[in-house]
Amino acid sequence: MTQTKDIKVNIKINNKDYSVSSSLTILEAAKLAHIKIPTLCKHEDLPPTANCGICVVKVKNNRKLIRACCTLVEKGMDITTHDGELYEVRKNVLELILSTHPFLCLTCLRNGNCELQKLAEEFGIREVPYNNIVKGGKTDTSTKAVVFDAQKCIGCGRCVEVCQEIQQVHALEFLDRGFNARIAPAGDIQLADSPCIKCGQCSAHCPVGAIVEFSQATQVWLTLRDETLHPVVQIAPAVRVALGEGFGLEPGALLTGQIYAFFRRIGFKAIFDTNFGADLTIMEEGSELIERLVHGKGTLPLITSCCPAWVDFLEKYYPDLIEHFSTAKSPHEMVGALSKTYYAEKMGIDPGKIFMLSVMPCTAKKFEIARTADMHSSGYQDVDVSITTRELVRMIKTSGVNLLDLEDEKADSVLGSYTGAGTIFGATGGVMEAAIRTAYFLVTGKELENLDVEDVRGLKGVKRATVDMNGKKIRVAVAHGIGNVREVCEELRECKASGKPMPYDFIEVMACEGGCIAGGGQPYQVTNKIRTMRSKGLYNDDGKCELRCSHHNKEVQQLYKEFLDKPLSDKSHHLLHTKYIPRPIYYK
Amino acid sequence: MIKQHVFVWDPTPSNSSAVYNYLVKKVNERDLGESIEVYRSTYIGLTSGTPIIRILPKNIIYTKFEQEDLGEIFESIVSDEVVDRFICEYDAKLAPVSERDKQSKQFKIVLRNVGYLDPESIEEYISRGGYKALEKAIFEMDPDRVIKEIKDSGLRGRGGGGFSTGLKWELTRKEPGAEKFVICNADEGDPGAYMDRAVLEGDPHTIVEGMAIGAYAVGCKEGFIYVRAEYPLAIERLEKAISDAKKYGLLGDNILGSEFSFNLELRWGAGAFVCGEETALMASIEGKRGNPKPRPPFPSQSGLWKKPSFINNVETWANIPPIVEKGSGWFSSIGVGRSKGTKVFAVTGKVKDPGLIEVPMGTTFREIVYDLCGGILDNKKFKAVQTGGPSGGVIPEKFIDMSVDYETLMSIGSMMGSGGLIVMDQSDCMVDVNKFYLQFSVDESCGKCAPCRIGGKQLLDLISKITDGKGDKKDIQKIKNISNAMQKASLCALGQTTPNPVLSAMHYFEEEYMEHISDKKCRTGKCSNLVQYMIIPEKCIGCTACALKCPVKCISGEKKKPHIIDQKFCIKCGECFNACKFNAIVRG
Repeated sequence: MTQTKDIKVNIKINNKDYSVSSSLTILEAAKLAHIKIPTLCKHEDLPPTANCGICVVKVKNNRKLIRACCTLVEKGMDITTHDGELYEVRKNVLELILSTHPFLCLTCLRNGNCELQKLAEEFGIREVPYNNIVKGGKTDTSTKAVVFDAQKCIGCGRCVEVCQEIQQVHALEFLDRGFNARIAPAGDIQLADSPCIKCGQCSAHCPVGAIVEFSQATQVWLTLRDETLHPVVQIAPAVRVALGEGFGLEPGALLTGQIYAFFRRIGFKAIFDTNFGADLTIMEEGSELIERLVHGKGTLPLITSCCPAWVDFLEKYYPDLIEHFSTAKSPHEMVGALSKTYYAEKMGIDPGKIFMLSVMPCTAKKFEIARTADMHSSGYQDVDVSITTRELVRMIKTSGVNLLDLEDEKADSVLGSYTGAGTIFGATGGVMEAAIRTAYFLVTGKELENLDVEDVRGLKGVKRATVDMNGKKIRVAVAHGIGNVREVCEELRECKASGKPMPYDFIEVMACEGGCIAGGGQPYQVTNKIRTMRSKGLYNDDGKCELRCSHHNKEVQQLYKEFLDKPLSDKSHHLLHTKYIPRPIYYK
Repeated sequence: MIKQHVFVWDPTPSNSSAVYNYLVKKVNERDLGESIEVYRSTYIGLTSGTPIIRILPKNIIYTKFEQEDLGEIFESIVSDEVVDRFICEYDAKLAPVSERDKQSKQFKIVLRNVGYLDPESIEEYISRGGYKALEKAIFEMDPDRVIKEIKDSGLRGRGGGGFSTGLKWELTRKEPGAEKFVICNADEGDPGAYMDRAVLEGDPHTIVEGMAIGAYAVGCKEGFIYVRAEYPLAIERLEKAISDAKKYGLLGDNILGSEFSFNLELRWGAGAFVCGEETALMASIEGKRGNPKPRPPFPSQSGLWKKPSFINNVETWANIPPIVEKGSGWFSSIGVGRSKGTKVFAVTGKVKDPGLIEVPMGTTFREIVYDLCGGILDNKKFKAVQTGGPSGGVIPEKFIDMSVDYETLMSIGSMMGSGGLIVMDQSDCMVDVNKFYLQFSVDESCGKCAPCRIGGKQLLDLISKITDGKGDKKDIQKIKNISNAMQKASLCALGQTTPNPVLSAMHYFEEEYMEHISDKKCRTGKCSNLVQYMIIPEKCIGCTACALKCPVKCISGEKKKPHIIDQKFCIKCGECFNACKFNAIVRG
């Protein structure tokens, strides 16, 4: 490209003058001017695929209409975004798209929250004059995490873009040609047999109901009818700062107390917090790091394993790096295992009667809860059902409870309290920051003075830093978004192959860009701006916490004293750790 | 004795040609390899249903011989004699090299060597003045001068679009960056078009030389020829041409001892029509799915591997050496208006002598159809000619004296296209022809963008509905709406031009369209669902000719008594209609 970034150019949009950066597309420039150019394929978070053809605009002296989504503004451009001709073309295209869509709106998971439905409403489409030709066969529910219904797919290509370019997993692909061109798992097999890592980014970016989370809200409601059960719930860090978006609040609005209250209202007997599990993870994983770092037991760098999509990816794509993996389970699995052992024992409840629900920003957690036999360490499935933030939004709406009217409530002991270190687990760099706070103490015996580790915060794809712990230099890296993670994995692979020393001691990985706050189960329309706002919500929560280091968590301390003895004890190993095995990328 | 060069053209695939195999065997048996060389040729300047032999240097052409005559022909070659009774009479399509023959109306620039030299011999190419233009460019002209020459010549892209070749080169040259690519589009795919194949198989060095000149002018070190895999002989000969040119120092480092270095590689296309679209072609070379990309950025800014790149098709490249050698003034003196030089057409359909012709721009359809191709088959009446293949339009009889050039064709709703020219007579149904082209475009759409993927299919369904006799007047508006969406909102030229044949046929043959819709009638009988064959009892003498011909045996009756057609089983093939000598069968 010849254009230099960020030069201001003068353009005209609908006969009004604007001065905008030359790095903007026509679509973005129009948005700044508060003009909405309709589109179905362009997602603010992704590069344009230019597939839908609805965003066409007129540019003076151009014979053809121009796609606003992928055309940069140029000096002197005279743009028309809305007129009779454009209305007609867009409506014609929209009618064509609708002609291949099944009219199942009333029973669709995206009913009321669908970009195609909304556009059809805005264009006042009252009939589709063409044959309704719907392609695609049976809905693919094989992963039990993300559900793919090819019938509803409009071929916008967002999911392929995010799966191939951002995540670089290549589970989804365009197959066939012409009218039969369609999106499907690579090789035209079931998703569960494909390279899919269940991150769910496809479902978070899909404009319609073609790829959605494996919805279990109904199952939860029905389970609550069984009065012999003892339902308990835990909420992941990232859920509390994104849930509000489903109720018209700004991203980052903190709703911890309201969510606790909601679950009490609908009958949950104990409200736990995954943040407690996060604190516990730091104790286990931090101790593991010290073992490897100070006592030379095990391989460095140590890599975090809280993210199930990342675990799946590593087992499939980088099984040679398994020895670097922390054996610690993810926080929600720890809470799950302890709820059916420690909590059950303490309360004198039959663990078989405990129903453990986890609310996660993530679709891969649905897959994780049955990943291996280790997820039954309590003797029962440690977490019974995992739902996403989006499902929680729907549950709250179903319940008739007005979330925003609820008073803040507190979580229940003995798995409910958390420190600031636990809450920032939801943002990229958060696990690393929490680990540094505690590792510093474990290595030096002293508390870290400045607890804000700015070097590992923010949305840069790979963040690298060196932390001085009493003269000992710890080299860390933080990667999020599998595409960026690959870069680090390749670095490690190369060092291994060439015998060069490893560049890091500790690596944090989250599969989704921005971390769990932008997980595959979070509310739609995520952008970097929203990622930043949600992260800020978590860092604010951290800042307000009285205790900000995991090793200060009183309930964690009590847990070790009463039940686990110490980090990495035999009991810890049994309940809180797991193993990894190499897996094929394709099962078929 | 002078060495005899024997070229064999055979309608059967050249590697299984009995004529070629016989002659080669004979030459080997008699050990005459020194004095006789036999070549496979795909183009001699003639097209015929039977094999053709051309003997150079005397330019003797034999047709109308049988397999058993080959012995005699061979002996005549050995003894350097002529067998008069096999000699082909003068044919308009055999024009002297590079000179306008007033009688033939042909003018050969692109096809100047095709059929006149051994395509596998670089020596022969050089001996006919080959690579002189490259030498001239490198040693007597600087790159800007070469570009100016091409610009001044008025040469426009022969692949369909008609963009100025010199301007394209200049734009690419002006882009910053050391790495640029030159590409030859040899992915010819229009139904009935084989102009490029003739050049690739008959004169591959012209392409190599043309591309080397282009690379020198624009500043490329690397180039690619994207050739379809269905052209195995073209691939074989291009490979040989490239390796021979390297041996002679005409490709590779320091060409002809100069500072200029250039390497050329082949890439095979797998048969997708859309890969002839330049951005899809580049994606395919990169190893990706052959989907078009939005423009801008144009390939000249960001093309192959995001480097500045330019593409010309085979015919365009073949024009380059003569222009450089003879100058822009010579070239621009040929042709008409803004359309300079010549155009090669592959004339097929209902003409007596179908084949390849090269004529100056501005020649009329009448000259092409009647003077060069012998007029309409069976002396039927001319109805229309389709130019531009599936992207073009039909040209009705009233325009038969119109000049064939870019502007004129555009002005009447068609386009030059790559040079496929299909002639239709009164027995061709325009709606049926539209269905054929639409089916082609629908199959060959990449399926990426919605207007083309869905629009093409819906359009085809509507046209099929009309040919099935289920058409409705409202369908006309629907066709117009879909066409509007496709033309204005499709991403690439394939989708933008798919409705062209339909729109032009609806315009020029409105009456015929309306007949199908309102009267449920097809005047040609091509639309079988609109046809009914009936026997008029008064005229039927019971000769049984029709009953014998009927492939489904649905005609019954006693000998010498009127027969009857069972409409339930009739497949409307028209065999009975053609068989009846008494006009007793009517089509209605």
